[in-house]
Amino acid sequence: MTWRSPLALVRDALRGQRARRSDLRSLESNLPYEGLGKARQPNRHFPGNAIKTTKYTPLFFIPMNLFEQLHRWANVYFVGLAFLNFVPVVNAFQPAVALIPICIIMSLTALKDAWEDFRRYQSDRKLNNMPCFIYGRKEKQFVERRWKDVRVGDFVKVVCNETIPADLLLLHTSDPDCVCHIETANLDGETNLKQRRAVPHVCISDPELDPESFGSVVVCEKPNNNLNHFKCYVEKPNKERVGAGIESLLLRGCTVRNTDHAVGFVVYAGHETKSMLNNNGARYKRSKLERKLNTDVIFCVILLVAMCLVGAVGHYLWLLSLPAAPPYLIPQGGPESPSLTSFYMFFTMIILLQILIPISLYISIELVKIGQVFFITNDIDLYDEETDNRMQCKALNITEDLGQIEYIFSDKTGTLTENKMVFRRCSIGGNEYPHQENAIRLAVFDEEESEEEVIFNQRTPPPPAGWSLDAEETSSGYAQHQRCSKRQGSGAAFSSPLETEVIPDRKLLQQISGAPSGGGPYLDFFLALAICNTVMVSMATTQRQRVRRLSQACPTKSPLDSLSNLLKGAGSIKNVFTSCRHKPKRRTHPDNAVIEEVQFSPHANTEEIGNTKGVRARSPRRGPPTANLDNLCYEAESPDEAALVYAAKAYGFVLLARTPDRVTVRLPSGEDLAFEVLDTLAFDYSRKRMSVLVRHPITKERVLYTKGADYAIMELLGTPYAEHLSGNQKAIATDTQHHLNSYAKDGLRTLCIAKKVVSDSVYASWSANRQRALAAIDDRDKLIMDTAMQLETNLTLLGATGIEDRLQDSVPDTVVALREAGIQVWVLTGDKPETAVNIGYACRLLEEEDLVINMSCRNKVTCTSILDCTLEEVRRYSSDPRNVDTTQAISLVIDGHTLTTALSPDLQDRFVDLARRCRSVLCCRVTPLEKSRVVKVVKEKLGVTTLAVGDGANDVNMIQAADVGIGISGQEGMQAVMASDFAISRFKHLKKLLLVHGHWCYTRLANTIIYFFYKNVAYVNLLFWYQFYCGFSGTAMIDYWLMIFFNLFFTSTPPIMFGIMDKDLSAEMLLGVPELYKTGQGEGVYNFTTFWVSVLDAFYQSLVCFFVPYLTYQDSDIDIFTFGTPLNTVSLFTILLHLSIEIKSWTLVHWLIMVGSVALYFIVTLIYSATCVTCNPPSNPYWIFQSQMADPMFYLVCIITTVIALLPRYVFHVLKNSITSSALMQAKHLDRLDPSSRDQWIKEWRSLRGGGQVGRPRLPTPPSPTLETPVDVYPPSPTTSDVMGDDFTLNVFSKKRPSHT
Amino acid sequence: MMASSYNAKEEDGHHSGAATHGVVGAAKSKKPDNTAFKQQRLPAWQPILTAGTVLPAFFVIGLIFIPIGIGLYVTSNNIKEFEIDYTGADINSPCYNCAQNLSWNSTSQCHCSLNFTLTQPFESTVFMYYGLSNFYQNHRRYVKSRDDSQLNGDVSSLMDPNKECEPYRKNDGLPIAPCGAIANSLFNDTLTLYYIDSNGTKNPVSMVKKGIAWWTDKHVKFRNPGANDNLTVAFQGTTKPINWRNPVYELDPSDPDNNGFINEDLIVWMRTAALPTFRKLYRIIQKKSGTTPTLSSGNYLLNITYNYPVLSFAGHKRMILSTISWMGGKNPFLGIAYMTVGSICFFLGVVLLIIHHKYDTRNTSADIPN
Repeated sequence: MTWRSPLALVRDALRGQRARRSDLRSLESNLPYEGLGKARQPNRHFPGNAIKTTKYTPLFFIPMNLFEQLHRWANVYFVGLAFLNFVPVVNAFQPAVALIPICIIMSLTALKDAWEDFRRYQSDRKLNNMPCFIYGRKEKQFVERRWKDVRVGDFVKVVCNETIPADLLLLHTSDPDCVCHIETANLDGETNLKQRRAVPHVCISDPELDPESFGSVVVCEKPNNNLNHFKCYVEKPNKERVGAGIESLLLRGCTVRNTDHAVGFVVYAGHETKSMLNNNGARYKRSKLERKLNTDVIFCVILLVAMCLVGAVGHYLWLLSLPAAPPYLIPQGGPESPSLTSFYMFFTMIILLQILIPISLYISIELVKIGQVFFITNDIDLYDEETDNRMQCKALNITEDLGQIEYIFSDKTGTLTENKMVFRRCSIGGNEYPHQENAIRLAVFDEEESEEEVIFNQRTPPPPAGWSLDAEETSSGYAQHQRCSKRQGSGAAFSSPLETEVIPDRKLLQQISGAPSGGGPYLDFFLALAICNTVMVSMATTQRQRVRRLSQACPTKSPLDSLSNLLKGAGSIKNVFTSCRHKPKRRTHPDNAVIEEVQFSPHANTEEIGNTKGVRARSPRRGPPTANLDNLCYEAESPDEAALVYAAKAYGFVLLARTPDRVTVRLPSGEDLAFEVLDTLAFDYSRKRMSVLVRHPITKERVLYTKGADYAIMELLGTPYAEHLSGNQKAIATDTQHHLNSYAKDGLRTLCIAKKVVSDSVYASWSANRQRALAAIDDRDKLIMDTAMQLETNLTLLGATGIEDRLQDSVPDTVVALREAGIQVWVLTGDKPETAVNIGYACRLLEEEDLVINMSCRNKVTCTSILDCTLEEVRRYSSDPRNVDTTQAISLVIDGHTLTTALSPDLQDRFVDLARRCRSVLCCRVTPLEKSRVVKVVKEKLGVTTLAVGDGANDVNMIQAADVGIGISGQEGMQAVMASDFAISRFKHLKKLLLVHGHWCYTRLANTIIYFFYKNVAYVNLLFWYQFYCGFSGTAMIDYWLMIFFNLFFTSTPPIMFGIMDKDLSAEMLLGVPELYKTGQGEGVYNFTTFWVSVLDAFYQSLVCFFVPYLTYQDSDIDIFTFGTPLNTVSLFTILLHLSIEIKSWTLVHWLIMVGSVALYFIVTLIYSATCVTCNPPSNPYWIFQSQMADPMFYLVCIITTVIALLPRYVFHVLKNSITSSALMQAKHLDRLDPSSRDQWIKEWRSLRGGGQVGRPRLPTPPSPTLETPVDVYPPSPTTSDVMGDDFTLNVFSKKRPSHT
Repeated sequence: MMASSYNAKEEDGHHSGAATHGVVGAAKSKKPDNTAFKQQRLPAWQPILTAGTVLPAFFVIGLIFIPIGIGLYVTSNNIKEFEIDYTGADINSPCYNCAQNLSWNSTSQCHCSLNFTLTQPFESTVFMYYGLSNFYQNHRRYVKSRDDSQLNGDVSSLMDPNKECEPYRKNDGLPIAPCGAIANSLFNDTLTLYYIDSNGTKNPVSMVKKGIAWWTDKHVKFRNPGANDNLTVAFQGTTKPINWRNPVYELDPSDPDNNGFINEDLIVWMRTAALPTFRKLYRIIQKKSGTTPTLSSGNYLLNITYNYPVLSFAGHKRMILSTISWMGGKNPFLGIAYMTVGSICFFLGVVLLIIHHKYDTRNTSADIPN
């Protein structure tokens, strides 16, 4: 590097600063500057790709770690006291020894930190040294380098299945269409392939890209952590600007799939990449218990100060009472007044009594929580066989909150339901096609599935997993094959034949065959289904790996076996490639209708039918081989889309290929139509719809196909579909709406399909707008959305679909159990009220006899009056004496719009008051933001502990807002899981997680904390009482080393074990009687009373432990430390036996630790007293313990003191257990019975209580599809009138729900 | 695998075990082990404290404690103890003059004597104690004011005592041996006992001055410096504590083996008392052979060389004669405590029995509440 003036350096640094600071960055290629000095590199201000996630450097580890640790005020307190001890006038112990406890605690923490940091360092080094290809000007080709060598402005080539080293702007791919697929599973857990396209017109896609000719400047925004958003434009040498977004960005950490190689320009490197920016550490949540704990620590501080004041004042009075200078009072250097000495004495007392604030409390709580998390993650009942997922605890420090939940906010789709979408019914042009055969098939499939599960369960048990806390789903390592397991883990949406198979409706098939080939609503409808989506078609090549893996997993015996094995594998392991699956085992229902239509039936069905009949019927007309079609794999971002594509496929409209520019669809007639995609208006939550604009290959019309939520589409309907139908248009809309309502009542998800023909002129003007919007940097999203809205008007309704989303296993049971546990369950869904209410009934959130209040209004005034009316009514209702003993409860169904109004600041209180009185609340059509607002409002207004559970990105807000966020690792990627504190795989796991683990964790931790306070107060007070007999001079009568050991070793493990392993009730009992959960709610076990009772008990016990030995040894020749020995021993026994009274169940571990602690005390003390002659100067421990142990009085004192100290607590427990009868106590008694009779008792108990939930037959879920569900049994829907008028409706109706079967 | 998620996890503080874990994970199911420990199903004993279950314990405690208490009480009562205060705070006391005129630096010795009568003979070995009250030997600074290595015979510590000994560490530039406030305030009264027989002659009671300290103290913790027998040489270069009359190697002129740091009176004094009112063993009056009592009943004369001032802290000095038993000196407290607690437990047992009959039927039959 050449010499440069300091001024230039400063200027350069400033410019660099500016380059980093400014909103936009201009990046140039590095190639022209290759080989030049660093100072002349254009991109030198941007960080390199080497990452460093370590917190410390080896040289500065100690100071940095110390600094880090001193952020904890508890550490500051103890360090401060330790140093206070070095001040000669106030010291209570030898200064050096006083440092020991805090040093031990802090060095343990430092060790842990160092180890973690070392692991981070190792992983960093591994990542930084991964190979990648960078273009070198000298070599004129891509040369292999390390990840850390990548710089901003480099050209990097990534090949298939390789991880991307930095954020790359895609310039070129091996694909002729210039697209590239990436898998972002490592980033967000979503397994579907995402398509990225090269920045258009920047690099002419000749076979090889020449980076040296790249003369453009890339202008991009500052690095941010938004994974789904990126703004940049490329300014070519000729000043032409080409916009590019996230669709051209290859993210660091993702894997390239399906593409041979791709070349990109590095825009962000290292720590500025989106994935690294997303990598912010663990969130710290503070549990309710911990907040309470901190207030009690403050109480302890107050207590400590009070005791020290007593000491100081006592010392002052004692000094005053002395007539002259006694020989035992050592003269200090200068003049001394009693008041000054007493002032010093105050600090000496603080040092002496410091452990009143439990030093080990925080670290012990951490250990306890780690242990609890270990047991939760290792619970086999929370393990999901299908996805091979354990329960994951992301937040380590809020386990106890699980035992205090009062409100649960649940998402519906994917949480209560499977989120496995099955096409059920559709309505086209006002005609309904019920698809009854399909319904029958689904009913049959249920049985099949259960069989499969049995078979799967018989597989040989897997080798035992190691003892590890990390039940993290995200797997690690860079091995290629690992991706397969990953795929298994995050089960994708379209696994079983259930979802991929659709048996076409007979009538509809006839209609299609009869329809004119050029148009008609049927053709458009199915074309829309096939085209209007973002489903990717994977080629068979990408599947090879997985297929091979599977065949290994299921060794074939006979062809038939292999088929069924394959099917089982697909069904159970849940792989992505289900549509590459071959065929269902059998068809139990010979389906005549389909057989008749065999000539017209699409390829996908032929084989199955052929199989059923034992005939291989093949249509000769078919062009490409069937195998090709069978190998089609649809990968969709949402399961709905896939379901619709499969439905279209069943009717012969097969989506063959999708590229950004072209969609190829095969028609039932066999011809392939290639639609040119002009634009895709992607789905978003505010529009609730998506559209695809295509050019029809035959008619050359520009057609916009839109699908979306019914209310989102219905508002946009405009011109009639075709001239001859003009009269019918309104009729179609009303008919379809009618059908939609009936679908919703059946709990189906509804979607409307619409189309619009866009004229050339409209398109031209719109297209210009669109381009501008796309190239915009500011407000790009808003502009893009606006342009989408511009086009999506005057739609023509084609039809509607009903997709079934099946309830997950045991959801009703779980909901009922949670409600019995005193938890209010709210469901927040984006669905229509009808769908929501239906699901509500199906999962027993609403009961048949419930009073359902339906709230829906348009403006604030009406909303206010509704709220007031309803509140009044509800109050009257609940105060009505006639309703006291009825089981009828109130449920509230509220619409998203109304909810927004009700949550406005002035109405909040009323709404919350109303909701509080309702047993369950259903909020429909709520946006993610509203979800989180509901949670926040309830949390703040009612001051309750809330839990939110959800599975999708739209639940993230809610999950983060709640005290406990639970993510369900389901079909919709990992965003919810990433944001959550705990991740489960099924909703039903919530039952055991809350009722059993929540209860256990809470009671354990609460009791442990109470015990810790007790322990410290009891022990420290011994020292305090002694001050009354040593002139308040701050003498400790217990050897200081033994005091340290007492807290650190002799009495530390039992409470930790108690906190991890104590079990007040068995899991079966807690599950059988959910009411027991109520003990933890609200104030719970750890409250003001229990805390102070235990502190008072500690005072009493310390009084006994001090004064019984005192009275025994007074006026004898006993010396200080001989006197301290029985005190120490007695308090050890008292403290441990006190714990024994509290321990509810004694396992081998308990015995070992308890006995071990006592043994350790005796062994350590004996050895210490035998070896230490002059080692610990003032205390002279030599042979003291031995001489005490040879004295029978020692034992007599120990026994009587322990008995007197523990007698009150023991008697209190006995009396409480004998005289009062709490539910917990009775459950404990029941728990001691043998399992069978216990179950018997539980049943009888519950039936007596009137809960009666156990014996009751479960409602069939999902509603049996075999019968046509009556449409009119549901009372007139409030929303129907809602659509018509602006006025509000308030229905308070009590209804008997019609039985499904 | 990618950087961010990996590191995110590292941040969380739990490790996936990098690549190895991934490789194993592909083959292994994540299913937790179905072991009793991991599933929290270890066989457990779940005691429930109810009247019925703990009843026997109370009766057993009662039945054991009451006899122990009686035994302790009787033993304590059998111990003979005699105590006499010779402080001289009272104007009528023979030691009044000594007490009033005494100070630490007075050179002349003051003598006084007290008469007392033992009404009962002391049969077994009698221990003679001196008792001090209101003397806070347990004061924090006082307790620390010593140098254990010096007392252990360490030569370097002898010449350079621990700083804790200040201000009794050096005098006139010479190190004090033994240093510190404890040694400085050594109890230096001399007590001698005479039996006055019927014809008025004073018979000195023979007392042993060895064996009053702990064996371990005398032989392990306290040692004289230097190997040679000549203590004067060993302690050369040191000075006596300020309040002492004689240097440490001349503490016991009668017995050369009882001098220096291993002087038993010093050792006893150095074991600082736990409470402000304490006694320390002074002499032992060995039991005579045969049936003659160690101290027969009758008149005694206690001769005191009054050197130790206690009025400065309103203290008192006592002379105590006591026999001891296996439980030490006379102290009825423990016996009473055992008897009381035993009775309370017995009483509670009865109460619980009543409760058990009244309430406990419900629990034993695991009755359904409603």
